[in-house]
Amino acid sequence: MVMSWIWVGILLLSLVFSVITGNSSQLAAAVGQGANSAITLILSLAGSMCLWSGVGRVMEKTGIMAGLSRLLRPVLGRIFPSVKEDSVLAGYLSSNVCANVLGLGNAATPMGIHAAQRLARGSTASDELCRLIVLNTASIQLIPANVAAIRTGLGCATPFDILPAVWVTSVCSAGLGLLVAWILGKLWRK
Amino acid sequence: MEKITDYLIPIVLLFTAAWALRKKENPYELMLRGGEEGLRLCASLIPTMIFLLTAVAMLRASGAIEWISTFFAPVFRFFGIPEQTALLVLIRPISGSAALAVGAELMTQYGVDSPVGRTAAVMLGSTETTFYTISVYFGAAGIRKTRYTLIAALIADFVGFFMASLTVRLFF
Repeated sequence: MVMSWIWVGILLLSLVFSVITGNSSQLAAAVGQGANSAITLILSLAGSMCLWSGVGRVMEKTGIMAGLSRLLRPVLGRIFPSVKEDSVLAGYLSSNVCANVLGLGNAATPMGIHAAQRLARGSTASDELCRLIVLNTASIQLIPANVAAIRTGLGCATPFDILPAVWVTSVCSAGLGLLVAWILGKLWRK
Repeated sequence: MEKITDYLIPIVLLFTAAWALRKKENPYELMLRGGEEGLRLCASLIPTMIFLLTAVAMLRASGAIEWISTFFAPVFRFFGIPEQTALLVLIRPISGSAALAVGAELMTQYGVDSPVGRTAAVMLGSTETTFYTISVYFGAAGIRKTRYTLIAALIADFVGFFMASLTVRLFF
């Protein structure tokens, strides 16, 4: 439903603006061009996306993800104290974070939801649940395959040269998000 | 720095397949099956991208994007974020596919290796669809009082946009 409002809003906005600026012919031409460029984009995206989904599947099925999860346990114990008493929760949480790190969004969400259900008590969000969600909205990705695929598709010769920038940015935003969540958790009424 | 990122991807590919062989799994079979899923995901994105890129193209042609950028320019310049990314910043927390469309359009418009194109790519790679994630998780866990989650998540998003602009300026 949100998307319907966005769609109508964008159409209305562009119509109003084209009347103001007098760009009516460009507006009419844009309708077909936009649709065409979508097909070009998807076609150029398809190769890399297929490749990375394949590699992701191998990581998931051969224990690479599970191995990384074990490495993460000590760090997670600091952010989510409940992990120490609940080993099932620990499994869900670390798989969720790991799948996110590896860019396996399809695997991350179900794991995260299981973790959220175990953390939920009643209808008010606990501090740990808030932190889990902040961690998931901040997205820490080792290899942002989709973005790299788009860059490749648009003719970029070095699509992965943004990796260091993505890593620094992700760590900063997740770290600060968690810090803010931690401070607000102390101040906010339960 | 460039050399390391050049080798990283081939090494990840080799390591993954070699590890699978050591585990007596069939990495090629697994890749084919995963790849099929990836293509299916791609196909499911086609209608969304057609409508969204049409919408973004219309916004660009009508002059609205330019106006939005100019309107937010003072705030964006204060934080060192390129004002051309205004629409991306606004739409990123709401819709993932719309953000992908806006980001791709920015990269085409200004060039993939331009500062604006790179900033858009880093923004896309290091933030999430905040509102969607929150509603999925809280919906599944049956939470009604979300307390400070949205505030903290949006602050994290803002830090992401800010750092994306900063790192692109520093690293390139």
